[in-house]
Amino acid sequence: MAVREAEPVGSLSEVREAGLDREDLLGIYRNLLVTRGIEERGHILYKQGKIPGSFYTGRGNEGAAVGVATAMGSNDVGTPLHRDMGVHVTRGVEPWRIFAQYMGREGGPTRGRDGNVHMADARLGMIAMVSHLPAMLPVAVGCALAFRIRDEKRVAVGWFGEGASARGDAHEAMNLAGVRQLPVVFICDNNQWAYSTPTHLGYAVEHLADRAAAYGFDGVVVDGTDVLAVYRESKAAIEKARNGGGPTLLELKTLRMEGHAVHDDAFYVPKELFEEWAKNDPVERFRTWLRENAELTGEEEEEISSRVKKLLNDALTQAEESPQPDPGTLLEGVYATPEDLDTPHHK
Amino acid sequence: MAEKTYLQAISDGLRQEMRRDDRVFVIGEDVGVYGGAFKVTLGFQEEFGPWRVIDSPLAETAILGAATGASMMGMRPVAEMQFADFISCGWDHLVTVAAKQRFRAGTPVPIVVRLPSGGGFSGGPFHSQNPESSFAHIPGLKCVCPATPEDAKGLLVAAIEDPNPVLFFEHKHLYRRIKADVPEERYVTPIGKARTHLEGDDVSVITWGAMVYTADEAAKQLETDGVSVEIVDLRTVMPWDKEAVLASVRKTSKVVVLHEDNRTGGFGGEIAATIAEEAFEDLDAPVKRIAAPDCPVPFSPVLEKAFIPQVEDVVKGLRELAEY
Repeated sequence: MAVREAEPVGSLSEVREAGLDREDLLGIYRNLLVTRGIEERGHILYKQGKIPGSFYTGRGNEGAAVGVATAMGSNDVGTPLHRDMGVHVTRGVEPWRIFAQYMGREGGPTRGRDGNVHMADARLGMIAMVSHLPAMLPVAVGCALAFRIRDEKRVAVGWFGEGASARGDAHEAMNLAGVRQLPVVFICDNNQWAYSTPTHLGYAVEHLADRAAAYGFDGVVVDGTDVLAVYRESKAAIEKARNGGGPTLLELKTLRMEGHAVHDDAFYVPKELFEEWAKNDPVERFRTWLRENAELTGEEEEEISSRVKKLLNDALTQAEESPQPDPGTLLEGVYATPEDLDTPHHK
Repeated sequence: MAEKTYLQAISDGLRQEMRRDDRVFVIGEDVGVYGGAFKVTLGFQEEFGPWRVIDSPLAETAILGAATGASMMGMRPVAEMQFADFISCGWDHLVTVAAKQRFRAGTPVPIVVRLPSGGGFSGGPFHSQNPESSFAHIPGLKCVCPATPEDAKGLLVAAIEDPNPVLFFEHKHLYRRIKADVPEERYVTPIGKARTHLEGDDVSVITWGAMVYTADEAAKQLETDGVSVEIVDLRTVMPWDKEAVLASVRKTSKVVVLHEDNRTGGFGGEIAATIAEEAFEDLDAPVKRIAAPDCPVPFSPVLEKAFIPQVEDVVKGLRELAEY
């Protein structure tokens, strides 16, 4: 079972075959802009001293994140990580809550209990990540196990990075998923750098997707800067899982275009590599594609970007109005109550 | 009521919950075809099928992580660690994900982890431990350590009902040795409420799990000395019934805290410190801890006897306190 390297997406008709109409394409473009806009503004907030702790972005990974999330069904669930802001945006998390999360405010999804992208809106089928990066893969497999036990046509999507692939959790999760042929899709955001560790010090195979063969399912390598190729391959993998075809490992190749976090200038990444991958910026690339293949007009571009600007401006204002958490509530929620189980998923 | 072993009570409680609630399923190593290393789930796969009694690969993180994920999707998983000792391989998942998810993300994790624990039969360093204090230290986890067959069933039902990750420490040395009446019907024994195993006036023993029986035998010997011993069986160490402990301390004014886990960092230290903070004026003697010494659990029967607190160790400690 050799790994497959996905072809880039060429034409509008090919995209239509994959299930996207022009409105969907404009929606993807908007989600890419919102994703990048949130992280650019977050960066400014950090420099203004408004974000405690550290700050992480997924610059370069926007297409990969938005592409996968667009392919998910509304009842599917996932465990996105810290480079996957596009997943939260695509699933419909309101940007003001993300800014509130960054600033540790009461209005953020974790109400100041956790920071940066350690968040999720469970009502939108997302499960909040932890810092121990492959730790969410067994959880995604467990979601898929529940779907399989109940014979539901739902799929779980689990994210990890090429750095996280070195840990045992990733192996245990994929092995169990393979043995039981569970409806789960594994997404490896391979951005080539685990903090300062390059891929050749992290793993010894050519592609991480090669490992899928060892677990008895398919692996596909995709250019993670091509949002449409990511969508097409994710859609195929998710629908395969939904229809009883078992797991797939998708390796989405990108370059982490900034440091590990805001304090890190990434001096260890060769300049030429940044220059080379800057030519494949996922947002620019998709904008060009839309102009050339879907007759995106200057007027439409202007309208979408001004709407995004307004959304983010309003979101920032709303987030700054969100109160600081009350220290008197510190011990709330250490233990769950039976009422806490009254969620769309726990029932 | 019929007389049941501790093991049968656990098995009955689990089967009863699986019959009444489709969301409850079992996952672990050798739990299906083999019925579990100790046969707690014997016959379960025939009754409930291979997707509710799931034989997993040998991978504790996958077992626990899958239980967490399934619980978030509405299931009520009961995961089995073949031996409590193997939970070290899944520690990260429990502590990093399961314990903190409600606090930080608002997502409850209603899972039960069954942990055959404890020594007494030459299981050696990796099949004999009592790791409850490691987990009692982690906010978000609950730790249950039943001593009687009736409590084993009632606390298992409570653990499955509980919306939190509950670690269910079932002591292997009680499995077939201890028999008592267990109600046939479903009942819930509340988590966090101690049980007075024996009423007495002169010295209190605060303990849980298999050590309840060690304390009981010691108390019988003290009775012949004319010393009346009270035994408080905590039943659960997180949450633990502080009020019941303090009430017993106020009654007797002398306390032994007894456990099978190692002394340093064992949960007895927390109990002793709480007594010192909140009942200092009521004490007529220093709080005495009786616990395993600070070494791994040894294999040889002679060494293991020296390791696990014995009846004579407790008798000695009680006499010292009685004479203080």
